[in-house]
Amino acid sequence: MNAVLPHLPALQVVIPLLGALLAGFLRRGGVAFALALAVSWIMPFISGAMLWQTLLTGPISYHLGGWEPPWGIEYRVDVLNGFVLVLVSIVGAVIMPFARRSVAFEIEEGRQAWFYCMYLLCLTGLLGITVTGDVFNAFVFLEISSLSSYVLIALGPDRRALLSAFQYLIMGTIGATFYVIGVGLLYLLTGSLNMVDIAARLDSAWPEYSRAIVAALAFVTVGVSLKLALFPLHAWLPNGYAYAPSWATVFLSATATKVAIYLLIRFYFSIFGVAIDVDTLPISEIIIALSVAAMFIASLIAVFEENLKRMLAYSSVAQIGYITLGIGLANQPGLTGGLVHIVNHALMKAALFLAIGAIFYRARTVRLTELAGIGRKMPLTMAAFTIAGFGLIGAPGTSGFISKWYLAIGAIDKDWWVLVFLIMASSLIALVYVGRVLEVVWLRKPTPEVARASDPPPSMLLPVLALASATIYLGFDTEWTVGVAGNAVEALLGGLR
Amino acid sequence: MSMLMSLIEHYNYVITIFLMMTGLYIVVARGNMVKKLVGLSIFQTSVYLLYIEPGKIIGGTAPIIDPAFTVYSNPLPHVLILTAIVVGVATLALGLALVVRINEAYGTVEEDEIFERDRNT
Repeated sequence: MNAVLPHLPALQVVIPLLGALLAGFLRRGGVAFALALAVSWIMPFISGAMLWQTLLTGPISYHLGGWEPPWGIEYRVDVLNGFVLVLVSIVGAVIMPFARRSVAFEIEEGRQAWFYCMYLLCLTGLLGITVTGDVFNAFVFLEISSLSSYVLIALGPDRRALLSAFQYLIMGTIGATFYVIGVGLLYLLTGSLNMVDIAARLDSAWPEYSRAIVAALAFVTVGVSLKLALFPLHAWLPNGYAYAPSWATVFLSATATKVAIYLLIRFYFSIFGVAIDVDTLPISEIIIALSVAAMFIASLIAVFEENLKRMLAYSSVAQIGYITLGIGLANQPGLTGGLVHIVNHALMKAALFLAIGAIFYRARTVRLTELAGIGRKMPLTMAAFTIAGFGLIGAPGTSGFISKWYLAIGAIDKDWWVLVFLIMASSLIALVYVGRVLEVVWLRKPTPEVARASDPPPSMLLPVLALASATIYLGFDTEWTVGVAGNAVEALLGGLR
Repeated sequence: MSMLMSLIEHYNYVITIFLMMTGLYIVVARGNMVKKLVGLSIFQTSVYLLYIEPGKIIGGTAPIIDPAFTVYSNPLPHVLILTAIVVGVATLALGLALVVRINEAYGTVEEDEIFERDRNT
């Protein structure tokens, strides 16, 4: 065991990568699923052990191939990325059992093994972005996760899945290229790619090369914002989520955008924030303005959306707005609220999309008008949907309330009462779009389409129920969300100038 | 005048930025998916230049320590760009594969015609 422990950061990436390779060779969907399940269930132990270690003894620095940073690639785990690693791996582990039936239902036999192969590659990329301390390495992992998610979306049953995947590919590649341009400018300025080293070297380049630094900051911001679907760069997201296979939507909505948000936080607070006086630039104002726009405009679009998957996709854009709002506030309670919302939103959106996947599995439709009265036919699934929906609104007693509470305190700390009001008001729009669905599924008479529907088998039902209970549990016990996030935020803000 | 001189002195950056804008413009302005991918490829290629140009120092040699040389070029950008080229090739291949599938499903690769066909169904 002692031989393995020091190599946990590398194993975090190597295990899913090898799993993906193997899954590509296995031609049978069932075997590939078993492999993906095994890998997904190992990951939380590795990330959990690393988070535990960082909480006890401070950041872990792993030198790939034994090369000292800043020359070699360094994998660096501190509380912030340990937190994100645990989130991504736990979501993967919890939702994996759902995949077997859902994927077998939606994807033809010959392509199922490839689906799991792409999922494992995507997992590799996401964990890689999070674990690495090297900005160029992060680009490579960003593209691994993006390319595999284009394929995951393209495997959707409708032909529009191909179109959405293509549009996502164009937008995603522009985003990644902007990111590389930003990294290139940083490399020209500092001659380094290691995050800690760049931060130290940029310090001496400021303010003499301030124009180049601001250009790098702008390129990285736009590039990563395209990946995390910050309003108005979210155009790829609604169609991508709507036409992807149900399970792929669950996985991508819960993890992919969250990891991109992590990368943005890392750049803002661990690289630029340390090196330059960020208050001289209007970053905070821009981010907050875009976040508020996302919270309102995307929520309003969700109110008028008939396709439930698209509705939840627009709701994701709005919820990402809350997370970036925390980044914009950049004070202890605000950023804590943002980080906590990464976890809370991931868990409840996964629960909602899983419930939609279960509905599609039973009723073969996700159009709201055809789903009247399905609550009476699939009571447990729709109960989970309802709980997670209340989380989305931010009702007290759910985890969504906790994150919005901290965001509001962050705004009050800055005396921005208008913003507090806006956070409340946008929650009311969420109440409208969630309430509209709840009214149709619970109060109306079942239509013929849903007459034969019933709750799905346990392998699909249990993940939904587990995530819905997590929404309630994290609304009461906040030690593992607010506690750890607060710890991470202290470290982030401590380095700020 | 000094602006012009500085542009001429840094003509390599001018070329890079010109390519970058050309590529991005093609992606935005063209409705044909293959042309979009060509534009995307040009856009990515311009970034290879952005990295590689500053790595070369005139009169510098490969970084092999030898008493005869004192000026060395930086080899790291080349290594980075080799990786970026692989990523670019993978993206282009996947994009073209998607275009082939789209052509099979819709019978066209023009974006406006595809939207038209989706609206009719």
